[in-house]
Amino acid sequence: MKKRQKSISYAKWGYYFILPFFLCYFIFSLIPLVDTVRYSFFEYYRSGIKEIGPTFIGLDNYVSLLESDMLRYGANTLILWVIGFIPQIGIALLLAVWFTDIRLKIHGKQFFKVVIYLPNLIMASAFAMLFFTMFSTNGPVNSILMSMGVIKEKIDFMGSTFGTRSLVGFMNFLMWFGNTTIMLMAAIMGISVDVFEAAEIDGCRGIKRFWYIILPLIRPILAYTLITAIIGGLQMFDVPQILTNGQGAPDRTSMTLIMFLNSHLKSKNYGMAGALSVYLFIVSGILCFIVYRMTNRNDSDEAKTAAKRRAREERRRRK
Amino acid sequence: MKSKKPSVIRSIIVHSVLIILAFMCLFFFYILIVNATRSHADLQKGFSALPGKEFLTNLNKVANDGTFPMFRGILNSLIVSGASAAICTYFSSLTAYGLYAYDFKLKKIAFTFIMAILVMPTQVTAMGFLRLITKMGMYDSLLPLIIPSIASPAVFYFMFSYLQSSLPLSLVEAARIDGSGEFRTFNQIVLPIMKPAIAVQAIFTFVGSWNNYFVPALVIQSKDKMTVPILIATLRGADYMNFDSAKIYMMIMVAIVPIIIIYLLLSKYIIAGVTLGGVKE
Repeated sequence: MKKRQKSISYAKWGYYFILPFFLCYFIFSLIPLVDTVRYSFFEYYRSGIKEIGPTFIGLDNYVSLLESDMLRYGANTLILWVIGFIPQIGIALLLAVWFTDIRLKIHGKQFFKVVIYLPNLIMASAFAMLFFTMFSTNGPVNSILMSMGVIKEKIDFMGSTFGTRSLVGFMNFLMWFGNTTIMLMAAIMGISVDVFEAAEIDGCRGIKRFWYIILPLIRPILAYTLITAIIGGLQMFDVPQILTNGQGAPDRTSMTLIMFLNSHLKSKNYGMAGALSVYLFIVSGILCFIVYRMTNRNDSDEAKTAAKRRAREERRRRK
Repeated sequence: MKSKKPSVIRSIIVHSVLIILAFMCLFFFYILIVNATRSHADLQKGFSALPGKEFLTNLNKVANDGTFPMFRGILNSLIVSGASAAICTYFSSLTAYGLYAYDFKLKKIAFTFIMAILVMPTQVTAMGFLRLITKMGMYDSLLPLIIPSIASPAVFYFMFSYLQSSLPLSLVEAARIDGSGEFRTFNQIVLPIMKPAIAVQAIFTFVGSWNNYFVPALVIQSKDKMTVPILIATLRGADYMNFDSAKIYMMIMVAIVPIIIIYLLLSKYIIAGVTLGGVKE
């Protein structure tokens, strides 16, 4: 009896333990996904209180999305993201290098770290609402600038495309540069001290140190940060939605893809929402795949480096 | 001597950049706090750098506003975020332990699957999700905001990495020999070991759920079930010009203050936690 018990297989417990996760994912993500894809091939919307459809129309939704403003909204999303991301990564790199430099004595380092990360945790919708009130024509920013004599006329920040886009970009920058700084700091601190010492003996300092030592060594994490930031950018919604009250004003130049999806969902235009979701799904699927490859680097390190070497050789041969 | 001078200049540059950035981060909150303590009439006159004395009056106005039940919203948000954080961390730990401690046929496939969906945005399935919960009769309730957090790939990944680094399998083996059942081993031996990881992830899940706007805005309809972000959004959609602006500032303040308090108390762990699950070294 005792001997039999020893050879008991615990495999079933593995299944039990992972069951809730997969069950939940299946019900709340996979079924909805299938449903979403299915209705993307149907004409199915509501006009007034009448429900039209569902009638099968093949790829019509996809075609009419391409003909609609979807690509323009995609471009908007990209622009808004770039405006925020470029200063974000630049400042984050700078701060990460400064924070990790042993020779540099920064007073109140912990204070600065705490402060720059703070905006990341603030509710994006409340933050956008705050910016809306502060940058409105009779808000405090205008009144401060007036009393300082910087401007004579009140500026309508949200009246121009440039103003609205800059505000959204600025908010995204403010919310994310602290997070990126901390990520990159961890990456730099992961570099062996020996490397820095050896470089220093060889006279590699300052900009050279950044360019030839730090940057190449943190490239994997930099790439990871970039891809996750792109995925985050693709999902941009809260800030422009609240700032422009869902209109993407002026003239829908700050309308993002998810805002577009949201408006279809609100008006219960299921067919179009489905097709748009499938487009987004494909793009994020590609990005997910890249992240997957990055996070699983360690498992097949040898195979990877071998593949890389091969690729490099091939490139050389092609030259 | 020669090399000292540039380092002084550098130090000045570094500190001034940091001060400017810190100023940018704090300036808006400062204005928010100042304006939330002034009356509507005062605010119309222009900006003042000093706080007023209307803090309690404004707070009272917000508390007694029937059209924007802010405190009800905070309660709803607390329920949703707290429950999400609890079940998300528990089930993620359970899943991570299941994949870490046991060998079974589908193990590799299951792990690969979770890693593949690690950063999949929830928005792409929002439409089907909305239809599904409508069919299940959960439309306009808080449940669909809580239950799906059982399956959080990113939290799972964090827990899995943590287990790899801090749970020796011999411990599980020892528990078995002592006659502890598998489920009991998890609850009484593994969970306490995972406490630090659970704490970090509970904070992040809580904050993420507290700030979440997209899905709740689609699911919740009735006023008494709205969470804070939806209330803020309806505030934006309302006839803004006729509003008591002091009240608006107070509402925004009420919405973000709980998180700021949590952050200031736990900033050390939060900042350390940002990087832990991010990338494998």
